[in-house]
Amino acid sequence: MTSPGFVFRMAAREGRASWRRLLVLTGAVAVGVAALVAINAFSDNLRLSVKDQARSLLGADLALESRRPFPPLADAALDTISRGGAVARAAQFAAMAYVPRTAGTQLVQVTAAEPGYPFYGAIGTAPAEAWNRLHDGAFVVVEPTLLAQLSAQVGDTLSLGESRFTIIGVITSIPGDVGIRAAFGARVFIPYRFLQATELLGVGARAEYAAYVRLPPDADALKLAERFRATLRPERVRIRTVEEDRNNLTETLDRLGNYLGLVALLALLLGGLGVASAVSVFIRRKLDSIAVLRCLGATSGQVFSVYLLQAAGMGLLGSVLGVLGGIVIQQLLPFLLRDFLPVAVSAAPSPRAIGLGLVVGLWVSTVFALLPLLSVRRVPPLAALRRDVDPASARRDPLTLPTLALLALSIVALTALQVGNWRTALYFSLGIGGAVAVLWLASLGLIRAVRRWSPASWPYVWRQGLANLHRPANQTTTVVLALGFGAFLLATLYLVQHNLLRQLDLSGGKDRPNLVILDIQPDQLAPAESLLKADGRLLMGPVPIVPMRVSAINGRPVLRTGDDSVDVDSTNSAGTAGGRQRRAGWAVRREYRSTYRDTLVSSEKLVAGKWWSPAAGSSAPPYPISIEVGLASELGVTLGDTITWDVQGLPVVTYITSMREVNWARFEPNFFVVFGPGVLEKAPQSALLLTRADDPAERGRIQRRLVERFSNLTTVDISTVQAAVEKLVKQVTLAIRFMALFSLITGAVVLAGAVATSRYQRVREGALLRTLGATRGQILRVVVAEYLTLGLIAAVTGLGLAVAAAWALARWVFESPFGIPVSLAWLGAIVVAGTALIGLLNSRGVVRMAPLEVLRGE
Amino acid sequence: MLRCEGLTQTYLSGGRELTVLKDITFTLEDSGFLAIVGPSGSGKTTLLGLLAGLDRPSRGNVFLDGADLGAMTEDQRARLRGDKVGFVFQSFQLIPTLTALENVQVPLELSGRPADDRPGELLSRVGLAERSHHYPAQLSGGEQQRVALARAFANRPRILFADEPTGNLDSATGGGIVELMLELNRDFGTTIVLVTHDLTLAGRARRIIRLADGALASDTAA
Repeated sequence: MTSPGFVFRMAAREGRASWRRLLVLTGAVAVGVAALVAINAFSDNLRLSVKDQARSLLGADLALESRRPFPPLADAALDTISRGGAVARAAQFAAMAYVPRTAGTQLVQVTAAEPGYPFYGAIGTAPAEAWNRLHDGAFVVVEPTLLAQLSAQVGDTLSLGESRFTIIGVITSIPGDVGIRAAFGARVFIPYRFLQATELLGVGARAEYAAYVRLPPDADALKLAERFRATLRPERVRIRTVEEDRNNLTETLDRLGNYLGLVALLALLLGGLGVASAVSVFIRRKLDSIAVLRCLGATSGQVFSVYLLQAAGMGLLGSVLGVLGGIVIQQLLPFLLRDFLPVAVSAAPSPRAIGLGLVVGLWVSTVFALLPLLSVRRVPPLAALRRDVDPASARRDPLTLPTLALLALSIVALTALQVGNWRTALYFSLGIGGAVAVLWLASLGLIRAVRRWSPASWPYVWRQGLANLHRPANQTTTVVLALGFGAFLLATLYLVQHNLLRQLDLSGGKDRPNLVILDIQPDQLAPAESLLKADGRLLMGPVPIVPMRVSAINGRPVLRTGDDSVDVDSTNSAGTAGGRQRRAGWAVRREYRSTYRDTLVSSEKLVAGKWWSPAAGSSAPPYPISIEVGLASELGVTLGDTITWDVQGLPVVTYITSMREVNWARFEPNFFVVFGPGVLEKAPQSALLLTRADDPAERGRIQRRLVERFSNLTTVDISTVQAAVEKLVKQVTLAIRFMALFSLITGAVVLAGAVATSRYQRVREGALLRTLGATRGQILRVVVAEYLTLGLIAAVTGLGLAVAAAWALARWVFESPFGIPVSLAWLGAIVVAGTALIGLLNSRGVVRMAPLEVLRGE
Repeated sequence: MLRCEGLTQTYLSGGRELTVLKDITFTLEDSGFLAIVGPSGSGKTTLLGLLAGLDRPSRGNVFLDGADLGAMTEDQRARLRGDKVGFVFQSFQLIPTLTALENVQVPLELSGRPADDRPGELLSRVGLAERSHHYPAQLSGGEQQRVALARAFANRPRILFADEPTGNLDSATGGGIVELMLELNRDFGTTIVLVTHDLTLAGRARRIIRLADGALASDTAA
């Protein structure tokens, strides 16, 4: 009896004539699908590239890495591992490069490597043979930016520490190099055998030592890594393999892709709102046809299917358009993210992303269409006979709740599909639900408020405009939801970016140092200080730095096990729970660069215990220390606990007398552990000095003078670092904002659709009002009044939500202070003005047609 | 063919019960032609809706070709309508997105019957063979009502309900429509229930039921 043939034929015929009415649905779905396909295809290509290029990223089959010269145990392990293969050692560190001919100095990142490195992949140079000639003499290849910075050229002499090198070429490509790194100093490569002669790696110098291994063909890198990892971990030597690197990198990049994809998904979900709104308007226009079909014997199921099929069809069309758009947008993403990508990414279309886009687009357009389509089931056939039958007055459809549940489940499932994690998906969906609920309440409040309270003293155009917000078949809720959500997303991203950057802002404060001089050896300190003082420059410091490691906590040696947490001899005296015995591995293993002083500095705040009084120099162990609160919780220690330090082989017993909160974001010398005066003065140490020069050229001169005199010193221009960090934050937020833009576009599509659907009604009303004597200007002002109010409520609610969300993120995720920039008001103004503009543009016809024409047309 | 017993319809309006139809009982034989007349608001359209099973009565029963409408679900009644009932409305109620021919095909397709030449023949019969691919908006009012008639007869209904079929037409066009209905009634043996306030039109029926204030005022053979 029921014939699927009828449903399909009817849907096709109806769709043929009325597809335009569902274009909003198609558009809303297309924008979301485009964003999703673009980001997913990009992620797929990225994953492929990482897979293809992983070996050249590491440059070897396996590598050993350490923050200090390899201990004997590591050398022995290296011998075993590399049997039958080859080894190339390397060291990486920051240093000042100096070109005598041009008298230019610049902070660079030096890699000293043995011949053979990299075993896989190639470091490209110009001229091409420069890399092969590198080890033939005291040669150096440098990044082209350095030549520009130092006004140098190939053939010039470059000083690094106590050694001089001839520049024989420039670097054109380094496998796996992330563009953003260049901001922290240009890369230079020198032969490993000259490392010693530079005398750059003295006490306290920070360097990364590595040994790259090419294994014989039959060796298993993973098994070797497994075998030696446990032995080498306590020695603080890490083992990397291609396989693990690839997995880590893929995981990191996947996370990046996932979160960008999440922003894209938001655009699609917002598109779902457009679907629901478009379908509900569409159905309202079809009530007569539906009633007639029911009279002619169509069951409610058949009619429901006819219209669901049309919505799905238009959704599929939207998905196809979205896929095409996504393939275009995908070309932009590698460019937007170029500075973070360690590999070249192709822009080939990804079948998985395309398939997923089609399925998800179709699913969203179907599921979001269901709820408004339910009203089709309630249209009584009697409506064909009588106009006064109101389908909405019928009882609530029993399928409403299951449909809502399906909708909620779909959102969670789609999110989980995108982020690959149900928990995150659930929280994310709850967040969306919360935001939508607030916007919905705001629109409901607006409707109630203008219905109840419309002051008679207001001008007519305002009263009429406000009344339009609660007229039958109004689009108030749809517009507030769509626009408010878009504004919410963009404003949140904007606020987060603003607060992150503001926190990093160093330029403020004329007395803040902007040049740091590192690695000053004790015998260099006095001459360096007098050199700076001679120039009459503001000085801070010297800040002494003493490298040390944890050897025991509360008298019990830390036992270094292979795994990532560290067991401390059990039955801790202060031991409350078992959790206290498991300490974070990094906190125990790392090297601490501690200082000593008698006062607190401005970037820290005492949160527990007491600071030592300047006079109370301690003469006997245990000595008092102050520890950073975060570290205290990582180490599981509190006030009164004792920590024994290994200071260059000498045990120093301390106890915690205070805890500090440190603002790490300030580019100032901050420390996890601070000693009181009178303990470390005789320990091997280096120092740093801080100074300020406003003119960049002046800073350059200071750096040059210092490096000429003390070649081992490193100077860091903080404004350069800040510029690099700002660039990084801006690039990340740019990429996210780019994806968030799709949400705003979807919002605009939904708004345009909402305005267009009420247009017919407006044209009639406008004609009627003009017949009654209203001028065109008055009618347009009514429209403006209505849309200004809509835009205002959407903007205020959206921005309010954004402030709450950004505050929560600042408080709990970034742990940064929070402020609201004045410029946020501009974003609000743009949303309001844009809404009014779209409203006006869509109302042109309202005043163009002659009143008689419209009224007769009825 | 059609029998109703004690048909009563009440609505709640502003908290008060409003009786629109009071205790209507009558029987209509096969191939009959009944006109229901009465002034505006006398309950004509409500009665038609109840007889056709488009609504449920507050009290009373309707038997259509032996089927008790009150005992059926809405979807069961929809299938019954698809099988045995045809409709003509005052405002034509063609589906605007379908061509004339497609409008006539709908009832056949709904009941899953094979597409045959019948819709085309019916359109020829009402004189619209040339216009079968036009959309309703491209047709005049009289033409639209003729398409509606063709549609009403597409599934060879046992009974045709017509609600003021000439109400939106000028008298000449309206007369043509009535002629057509009579002709189809004759040729197919279809029972016709016609609601109208046009007494001339009602005069063409074989039986007239007059309603006043929702009650049956008279029941006369023409």
